[in-house]
Amino acid sequence: MFASMEEILERARSSAAPLWRVVLDEEIEESGTTAERVLERLSGRIATMREAVERGLVSDAPSVSGLLGGGARRFEEWRESEGSVLGPFVGKVVARAQATMEVNARMGTIVATPTAGSSGILPAILFTAEEELGLSEEDLIRGLLVAAGVGGVIVARASVSGAAGGCQAETGSAAAMASAALTALRGGTPEQVSESVAFTLQGMLGLICDPVGGLVEVPCLTRNVSGAVQAVAASELALAGLKFPIPADEVIDVMGQIGNELDEKYRETAKGGLAATETGRRLAASVRWDGPAFENTNAARARDLEDV
Amino acid sequence: MANPTPQEEARSATQRLAVFSGRMSVFDIIGPRMVGPSSSHTAGALRLGLLARGVLGRTPERARVGLHGSFATTYRGHGTDRAVAAGLLGMAPDDPRIPTSLDVARGAGMELTFEPADLGPDAHPASLRFELESGAERATMVGSSIGGGSVEVTEVNGRPVDLSGRYDTLIVLAEDVPGTTAAVTHLLAEEGVNIAFLEVSREKRGREASMLIQADHPISDDLLARVQAFEWVRRARRLRKVTD
Repeated sequence: MFASMEEILERARSSAAPLWRVVLDEEIEESGTTAERVLERLSGRIATMREAVERGLVSDAPSVSGLLGGGARRFEEWRESEGSVLGPFVGKVVARAQATMEVNARMGTIVATPTAGSSGILPAILFTAEEELGLSEEDLIRGLLVAAGVGGVIVARASVSGAAGGCQAETGSAAAMASAALTALRGGTPEQVSESVAFTLQGMLGLICDPVGGLVEVPCLTRNVSGAVQAVAASELALAGLKFPIPADEVIDVMGQIGNELDEKYRETAKGGLAATETGRRLAASVRWDGPAFENTNAARARDLEDV
Repeated sequence: MANPTPQEEARSATQRLAVFSGRMSVFDIIGPRMVGPSSSHTAGALRLGLLARGVLGRTPERARVGLHGSFATTYRGHGTDRAVAAGLLGMAPDDPRIPTSLDVARGAGMELTFEPADLGPDAHPASLRFELESGAERATMVGSSIGGGSVEVTEVNGRPVDLSGRYDTLIVLAEDVPGTTAAVTHLLAEEGVNIAFLEVSREKRGREASMLIQADHPISDDLLARVQAFEWVRRARRLRKVTD
């Protein structure tokens, strides 16, 4: 993988290759595998991601704690019947970002992109682009490669861990990856892809990780919605030719720096932020871990399997 | 040339670490395929459990797991207890039995306890310490879940190590006699197993030497048995790679 966005851009310039190709070539070289094998495995990841979105949109199965369940389905029904002002693209993105996160929160199967707590964003944007922009599965795989290239740079320069860098490192990174993929799939230049990363991440800086009850539920699910919407807007800013004055690599660096300076209570410890509010604490106390909650999980899992 | 800023220094340290531990792949970023809810606290914790199982060499009868930092406060909500149990039982991150793994562990007679642990200010904020037992066998391991399901093992049986779980790894404890490293590496070469990283160390001359070999190819049961068969080998363990 790459140490900077600039390095990926430089490689694309010097080889006159699209970004997805640059990332694919690097993967082939580093892993010693073939292009066919990489593409085949990415196709498998797409299938798992698609299944999670589809199940999440129709299922009312509760999460481990019972705090979540059926929200994606209710939103999607409302959106289709009441006429959302978001338009079909952003509307579907909002519904789908919730769908994967609900499956994740009931211990269903998802693909971490780059983490499970931020797994709603990339699939929401890819599958909506497929439907609304008429993209093929081959396009989606190319989108995954661009997203992976961006994610690799973030891991090398900062972090994708909420415990290390807060929510900005998780949903911020996922949104930057998804925005980059969308820009590339819509024919954006490599420079515009890099601008998408900068525009996305600048809006996510400082976001803390404050999960109620230490669950990956509240506010993780709705933070995926915010990140996904940010990703779409940032992609369009870049496609319109706007430039963010601070380069993507520097925005990534400062995200890492802010993460290092965040107090421990804002880094996935459930000791601060929304987790520490009066209601957050009450909800945490109401989750019964060893008794019914555990059985609920098994029951939820059984329902989850029936959904397939 | 100007001195590097602290930020540049930290970054170059991270990059050095990434190079040493084996670099990130596309499938680390787009993956793992896993049972939720947390890549670091569920899938990463499971992978640390898998590696600890490898260090012991079998399913533990007793396991004490120390939870450091974020793990100590969020382990239940993130399903870390179930993930660790699943890893110690040898399950993969997408195994559908993970939600019920505590029952499976109980059924297998595994005694599993979790407790908060302070691994010091330098430990990654999501770290686990394993103390495992099976019959007369004992093993300890310390590792961190560094995000997105990636892990780092920093200590095995009290010795500092740097393992990413990206390679099949052979850990050999041997008498400190001449030729042991050559014999083991020769055996690997015969089997067509390429060595990616090799570390040899010992506490004192003439005592016990340890070899830590990370390989590009799978280390088979047969190869492990042949290493174990050297008369000067006290213990040989194989940790299967945990990335996909």
